[in-house]
Amino acid sequence: MKLEYIVGIVLVLFAAQFLYAHFVIDPYSEFSGADGAAEDVIAEINPDYEPWFGGIGFEPPGGETESLLFALQAAIGSLIIGYTFGYYRGKNKVN
Amino acid sequence: MHIFEGFLPTPWWQIWFAVSIPVIMYGMYQMNKLVSQRREVVPLLAVAGAFIFVLSSLKLPSAVTMSSSHPTGTGMAAILFGPAITSVLGVIVLLYQSLFLAHGGLTTLGANTAAMAIIGPVVAYVFYRSASKAGMNFYLNVFLATALADLATYVVTSVQLALAFPSEVGGVYASFTKFALIFAVTQIPLAVVEGALTALIMKYVVQIKSEVLVDLNVLSSAAVTKIKEAME
Repeated sequence: MKLEYIVGIVLVLFAAQFLYAHFVIDPYSEFSGADGAAEDVIAEINPDYEPWFGGIGFEPPGGETESLLFALQAAIGSLIIGYTFGYYRGKNKVN
Repeated sequence: MHIFEGFLPTPWWQIWFAVSIPVIMYGMYQMNKLVSQRREVVPLLAVAGAFIFVLSSLKLPSAVTMSSSHPTGTGMAAILFGPAITSVLGVIVLLYQSLFLAHGGLTTLGANTAAMAIIGPVVAYVFYRSASKAGMNFYLNVFLATALADLATYVVTSVQLALAFPSEVGGVYASFTKFALIFAVTQIPLAVVEGALTALIMKYVVQIKSEVLVDLNVLSSAAVTKIKEAME
């Protein structure tokens, strides 16, 4: 079987596990980050722990800006991959 | 999902920097050497870095724990260029995310680099090379190596947190179980997707740039011929 079909099936199965989780297991879950859940465990193990450094990087003001920056990250990566693959494909054809 | 800023106390954040910095320096040295000796690999290096950029930006939902996490994307670079060069590509992505996205952090950069950009890639590299010698099918090998590297990354993150936050009862091991239940278990469906996507992109690399794969000792020329025959 072509690898593309197998990968397609894997992606469909991945979507299915999400839809199952969302509609059957818990329709109210927001699928928040696993790192947030880890923060709760830290608070449970050591309730007195305070993060000792606040961070000097830019903090997105809200979910909208954050999703913009994540989308930008994906877009930059995809652009490089698409450009390079297209360039080589064209070059291979000419030769 | 990386360890948040300020969430590793002394001495752990320093220890993980001490682990990561020498590897990154060695990786930079290796990368410089590779780029000056073989200019033709530069675009492939860019693609491997870009692949980490894309995959680590995708926050995917996982039914296992009803939470979201992201793939690492480091398996491809590890298989192509080895773990040292991959650590340099990985630290660039981790820096971007900690500086602009408040995701991860500068004080935890050493620990996050060790997990995502060093130990995960070492797992991918060692698995790929051994299974390749044993004659495993190329795509299956890439799939398994990458999926295992993804899981290993989050097992390491769990170990790092457990060492820094041992439970009063049960110590490091009890904490590890708690963190691993969150990180590593969430990651299982994501690791499968990451493995599949990496196998696919490696197929296209074989299609367009197989001679570089032979140069980098990723595949023998006999293996390339076999894979290309199967494509037609």
